Amino acid sequence: MDFVKLIEEEQMKTGFPEFKPGDTVNIHVKVVEGGRERIQQFQGVVIRRRGGGMRETFTVRRISYNVGVERTFPLHSPRIDKIEVVRKGKVRRAKLFYLRKLRGKAARIKEQHR
Amino acid sequence: MKGILGTKLGMTQIYNENGRILPVTVVQAGPCFVVQKKTQESDGYNAIQVGFGEIRENQTNKPEKGHFNKAEIKPLRYLREFRVDNVDEYNVGQEIKAELFEQGEQIDVTGTSKGKGFAGTIKKYNFQRGPMGHGSKSHRRVGSAGAKGPARVFKGTKRPGRMGAERVTVQNLEVVKVDNERNLLIIRGAVPGPKGSLLVIKSSVKAQ
Repeated sequence: MDFVKLIEEEQMKTGFPEFKPGDTVNIHVKVVEGGRERIQQFQGVVIRRRGGGMRETFTVRRISYNVGVERTFPLHSPRIDKIEVVRKGKVRRAKLFYLRKLRGKAARIKEQHR
Repeated sequence: MKGILGTKLGMTQIYNENGRILPVTVVQAGPCFVVQKKTQESDGYNAIQVGFGEIRENQTNKPEKGHFNKAEIKPLRYLREFRVDNVDEYNVGQEIKAELFEQGEQIDVTGTSKGKGFAGTIKKYNFQRGPMGHGSKSHRRVGSAGAKGPARVFKGTKRPGRMGAERVTVQNLEVVKVDNERNLLIIRGAVPGPKGSLLVIKSSVKAQ
């Protein structure tokens, strides 16, 4: 039996929604501030998902006060409280790094209608 | 000095209580069995001989069979000794499991490092390489082997040669988790050797 895999699977979380690059998500992150824990939200576009199994991470990009901010989260991190999919995007690429060069109207992503 | 034998199963990541990722090595530690007790009177030192690992009956020779029969246990693949202060605390045939260690304990892990074959000085001793351009052909060459005056190369000069596949001990590693049911030790950081290789795990000599 592969115990390494088993240990990884033990830590994996379930119950988060399906989301892909191009989707706009709202991440509820637990942050410890001065000994107190609170929830911080980070909303933006998923520009990458990489890795598999317990090691999977995803990167969320948002424009904050005209500055592009990217945060990479481990998908199964216990610090992530909740993942909300705000909007499904229609994109033709798995990695949306081209968004870094675009701003304003050009950086919009079409919504995927189902 | 407490110790156990194990095999490296591989590396992965684990979340600690703060939600931070730790790089860890998973080690199958035990079940080991005490095969023989060595005493000051009969052997000149106090130690227990510990066996670990399954082995088929037809892979053992007659002297080995006799040795294990004497201890009334099944033949085991590896035999190693651990120096102990008091041999009387152990019985021949006694099982040693991963629960010997507890979470947060400091340990030393000994293994045989991965063999790198015949390696140059850059890989083996972290030498710098020569220029890649401007007519230089000394890209990864050895460089100087010493001064001209002695008219010989001094012994111990760092030159290319076999690298790796040697006994390495990593000290002061932390036990992150102990799985008593499956005899697993989860150790923070890397340990020497490839997956499936034998490891000797002892309590740390430096930690108080």
